[in-house]
Amino acid sequence: MEHITLLLAIVIVTALVFDFTNGFHDTANAMATTISTGALKPKTAVAMSAVLNLVGAFLSVEVAKTISGGIINEDGLRTEVIFAALVGAILWNLLTWLVGLPSSSSHALFGGLIGAAVMSAGWSSVDGGTVVTKVLLPAVAAPVVAGLAALLATKLTYRIGGKVTGGAQEKATAKGYRAGQIASAGLVSLAHGTNDAQKTMGIITLALVTGGVLSPGSNPPVWVIVSAGLAIALGTYLGGWRIIRTMGSGLTDLRPPQGFAAQTSAATVILASSHLGFSLSTTQSCSGAVMGAGLGRKGGVVRWSTATRMFVAWGLTLPAAGLVGAGAELLTKQGTWGVVVVAALLVAGSGAIWMLSRRKPVGHDDVAPAGADAEPAGVVTMAIAAVSPPPTAAAQPHDLTATIPAPAGPVADPARPATV
Amino acid sequence: MNIDWAALGTVFGVSLVATVALVGLFTLGIVGLSKQPEPAAQGGSSGGPAGSAGGSLMLARAGAYVCFGLCAAAVAYGIYLIVA
Repeated sequence: MEHITLLLAIVIVTALVFDFTNGFHDTANAMATTISTGALKPKTAVAMSAVLNLVGAFLSVEVAKTISGGIINEDGLRTEVIFAALVGAILWNLLTWLVGLPSSSSHALFGGLIGAAVMSAGWSSVDGGTVVTKVLLPAVAAPVVAGLAALLATKLTYRIGGKVTGGAQEKATAKGYRAGQIASAGLVSLAHGTNDAQKTMGIITLALVTGGVLSPGSNPPVWVIVSAGLAIALGTYLGGWRIIRTMGSGLTDLRPPQGFAAQTSAATVILASSHLGFSLSTTQSCSGAVMGAGLGRKGGVVRWSTATRMFVAWGLTLPAAGLVGAGAELLTKQGTWGVVVVAALLVAGSGAIWMLSRRKPVGHDDVAPAGADAEPAGVVTMAIAAVSPPPTAAAQPHDLTATIPAPAGPVADPARPATV
Repeated sequence: MNIDWAALGTVFGVSLVATVALVGLFTLGIVGLSKQPEPAAQGGSSGGPAGSAGGSLMLARAGAYVCFGLCAAAVAYGIYLIVA
């Protein structure tokens, strides 16, 4: 560790920050429906998800070893490029969180990497075919596959269980569905830990390799595994309540049988895709499953305005994160001062988004099904609020022109996600 | 560009079948467990009908536990897939 330069240290910290945003961005995948059907209390749900994410991070390092996945050529990749890519991915993650839309953290990372690589070495450094097969096609296929599976499963469960009616019995069966849903949600969390925490491990390892600290092809060191696992677990525990609200009750109204069907479909699709060689995005599978389950119940509705906003966000993820990544790379190319400026802009941009989110905070009380007990604000939440860096007066105007408009422009209504 | 349609098709098929099968099994289990012992409760004096109703109730319960067992096995297999 003695050869770690300032730049490398910045990259590692940034990667961990990305891991953290990844955690709270993706809590919704596993837990949104679990919370909205009342299977688990909000705080219990995120705590369980966090623990499983942490466990998952230690299970294997296979994903970490194949992180770049051939989308960009690793040779000649400089540490600054990775840094610029992370900046793009973090800002896009925070922005989609602010408007409460689920979008793929992996796509944000890919977008940032592509943008930064193109700015650094030209279009030849990006393999267009790989982008289509690894990012674009899965983005279309994931919601369709998961949605269809959830739709059929919901129809089936209502057909078989249709005879069960009446207050007491319906209550008893709802309990059963909730238990099943918790199991499915646990699987999703565990799979998320093994996949997404490892992406960060892969990034840090890649940075260490390009920085000359590690030899190419080495496994991630233990401290990398531990810190990445902790960062994603902490992010998950804080919970991206805005996104949970959108997915749990914004897209459609879920009852316990639907929630069970949706979560099982998501878990199956994620496991099947990652083990049969056609990787599908977790976020998109889960959103698709929720919509499918919504359509599967007689009289169920999907709020297509919210769904459309989500689709738009998916379409914008790659180019928006790419643009920010490219802009950041343009600055870091200028030398050390450029890196420092980008780091300052990242802090300022994150701070600005945080300030905007405080105007209309969404907490765990806002996602619970009606009648759930309110709890006092978590210690961790308050601690984060206390240590979160406020944007400096000098940096903010500059930052707003430099980073916010690019991704913010096309999103129609950044102020409020439509929820009922 | 080389799109692996076969892999996509496999994922599609496996996901669909597995999800529907699992949810179906689980629902059967829940329905089996939720069967109420109505005939037995209302007629304590007549031994015959109550006995056969109790038998079908037992059968429903046993079937439900088999269904839940299969679901638990699927979850275990899922964990195995993640770990391996």
